[in-house]
Amino acid sequence: MEYRHRVAGRTWVFRDLKELLARASPLRSGDQLAGIAASSTAERMAARMALAEVPLRRFLDEVVIPYESDDVTRLVLDTHDNEAFAPIGALTVGDFRDWLLSDAVDSEVLARIKAGITPEMAAAVSKLMRNQDLILVARKCRVITRFRDTIGLPGTLSARLQPNHPTDDPRGIAAAIIDGLLYGSGDAVIGINPASDSLPALTELLHLTDDIIQHFEIPTQSCVLTHVTNQIDAIEKGAPVDLVFQSIAGTELANKSYGITLKMLAEARDAALSLKRGTVGDDVMYFETGQGSALSANAHHGVDQQTCEARAYAVARAYAPLLVNTVVGFIGPEYLYDGKQIIRAGLEDHFCGKLLGLPLGCDVCYTNHAEADQDDMDTLLTLLGTAGVTYIMGVPGADDIMLNYQSTSFHDALYLRELLGLARAPEFDAWLKKMDLTDEKHRMQPITPGHRLLEQIRTRALAP
Amino acid sequence: MPIVTVDPWMELRTHTAARIALGRTGVSMPTHEVLRFGYAHAEARDAVYTPLDEDALREALEGDGWTTVTVHSAAKDRSTYLARPDLGRQLDGPSEEALGKQASSKHEVLLVVGDGLSSAAIHRNAAPFLRALRKHAPAKFCKGPVVIARQARVALGDAIGEKLGAKLVAVLIGERPGLSSPDSLGIYLTLDPRPDRTDADRNCISNVRPEGLPHDAAAKRMVWLCKEALRLGKTGVELKERSDLLEIEAQAGKDDS
Repeated sequence: MEYRHRVAGRTWVFRDLKELLARASPLRSGDQLAGIAASSTAERMAARMALAEVPLRRFLDEVVIPYESDDVTRLVLDTHDNEAFAPIGALTVGDFRDWLLSDAVDSEVLARIKAGITPEMAAAVSKLMRNQDLILVARKCRVITRFRDTIGLPGTLSARLQPNHPTDDPRGIAAAIIDGLLYGSGDAVIGINPASDSLPALTELLHLTDDIIQHFEIPTQSCVLTHVTNQIDAIEKGAPVDLVFQSIAGTELANKSYGITLKMLAEARDAALSLKRGTVGDDVMYFETGQGSALSANAHHGVDQQTCEARAYAVARAYAPLLVNTVVGFIGPEYLYDGKQIIRAGLEDHFCGKLLGLPLGCDVCYTNHAEADQDDMDTLLTLLGTAGVTYIMGVPGADDIMLNYQSTSFHDALYLRELLGLARAPEFDAWLKKMDLTDEKHRMQPITPGHRLLEQIRTRALAP
Repeated sequence: MPIVTVDPWMELRTHTAARIALGRTGVSMPTHEVLRFGYAHAEARDAVYTPLDEDALREALEGDGWTTVTVHSAAKDRSTYLARPDLGRQLDGPSEEALGKQASSKHEVLLVVGDGLSSAAIHRNAAPFLRALRKHAPAKFCKGPVVIARQARVALGDAIGEKLGAKLVAVLIGERPGLSSPDSLGIYLTLDPRPDRTDADRNCISNVRPEGLPHDAAAKRMVWLCKEALRLGKTGVELKERSDLLEIEAQAGKDDS
């Protein structure tokens, strides 16, 4: 269907909903690369005005990628909850923004309607929102998940400990894990990006992290972030798999480029559930996403990268994940050019994910060929902290020596806790206290040279 | 009381280049670390933005006895290059013409040196790597000219290789610079190069630099991969699986001894 908007004596025409969404999207290099961005700032604003008048119900009738040819579209429409949708069913996109920001809408209301929101509705309303709107509404959303600890409680922030090493050296990885634990990081997951994809190497890493978690009775979970099929193989071989990881995207074709289908994700979840390794819950999936992934796989169907990203969250929510994070600045400047675009994308992703009911974290990050630096990351980190981000990454000194990009450091998480008074998952906070790593106020305290965590790695009890 | 809280596990740094045991002041990074990090980032940024010193590279290569020819991608400058990877994969008009004039050389292996995302990687590694290659490779792999490519993405090698009728193209290119590795060279091998090739058709040797995979080892690996690729008639996934298998067998052999 064609969309028209008349403003200041000029009529703007948009061919269909897909084009309208793309033109309304805040400027970013990926949409320009795809040739779908607004051609002028005025066109972008006119598109937003037109989008504001589109009824939410329209999104159930006009899809951006055909139902017949895309299993993500089918998933979205087949699982749409009409009853949950009812309270917002008469609103336009513009009304929806006002409604989300209104005093009457709180955490309970948002939880009741989340299954009625499609990713395209979430993306659409985000395009009408300023950064402060994205922050305020995301903060109202409550998403709590559990495996060996409880993630997402109000007033908490969790962290993934990311101890990568360019050759997967077990002692190098163990050293980074110990460093992170001594800085109070790791309540979301201890998650390694392996350099290798060979099963023996992956299994060794799974045992390494499992040994540390078991030995010190740490209320957290481990994950080795390799292809989902490798993890199913590892489970079948009896390896200790807590969470199953997979990168996912918002179109069937993009997921195919990752070598995955929705059925494979369901099988992986079943395999992980069968191990019954969780203690306080059984949320066993871990997903990563990021704007631009569909375009980079040439699988975006002319849909803007932010809408594609929101569709990836619809995939994620079908599998009740413990953790989802957007790796926002990893993809490079051809998708998100500079600090401004990365910051905006991080806030959009967090908002859309939370609105759809996901435990959304963010890898606040950049590469060295993007126009961004640590100051930009501090800005995004602080904004996401105020927005109630579920978790962030913890990388030694913010420098990932395996993936060659800059993320957030153990110190960065401490900064956010200090600034905003944020605790960790309660089980993990209790463990840190028990290990004499934190004081009564959950602040880090000086570590003695003979601390148990250090003794273990010195005596080569870990990673011999 | 000292201002900075020092971490009593500095010795763990022997196991990893990761920035561990940094200490803290309050919850924050000590000044020394903030500056050390800032300098590393500056080096990485400079690696991206410093133009390839083409004259020096050509002199070094010609001094070693290579002939050279220079081409430019359709990305006219660095900011276009960063925002438009598609243009970095195409030759510009004058380069198309210049290569068209070169006699189709029927190279077994055509060598292309591209700036990619790190000119520092080329400045430090290209000439010494090619010297190592000449030491380990059969002479037919090292027939010139070496094509120097500016504002180049890996896939620019496909266009160059097709123009020159090469059987296999080896693109030596500056990798995306990391904070601790601003000068890492990547080598991408593509058999039967033509513009519809994808990353699945390539084999990669990465992190080539003295602190990573040294030049001699990288050259030997490249020679092995080239020979296998020409024998199998393939580069890409299948060749990777074969080389992984050999590595696993070699590993197993080591464990047995």
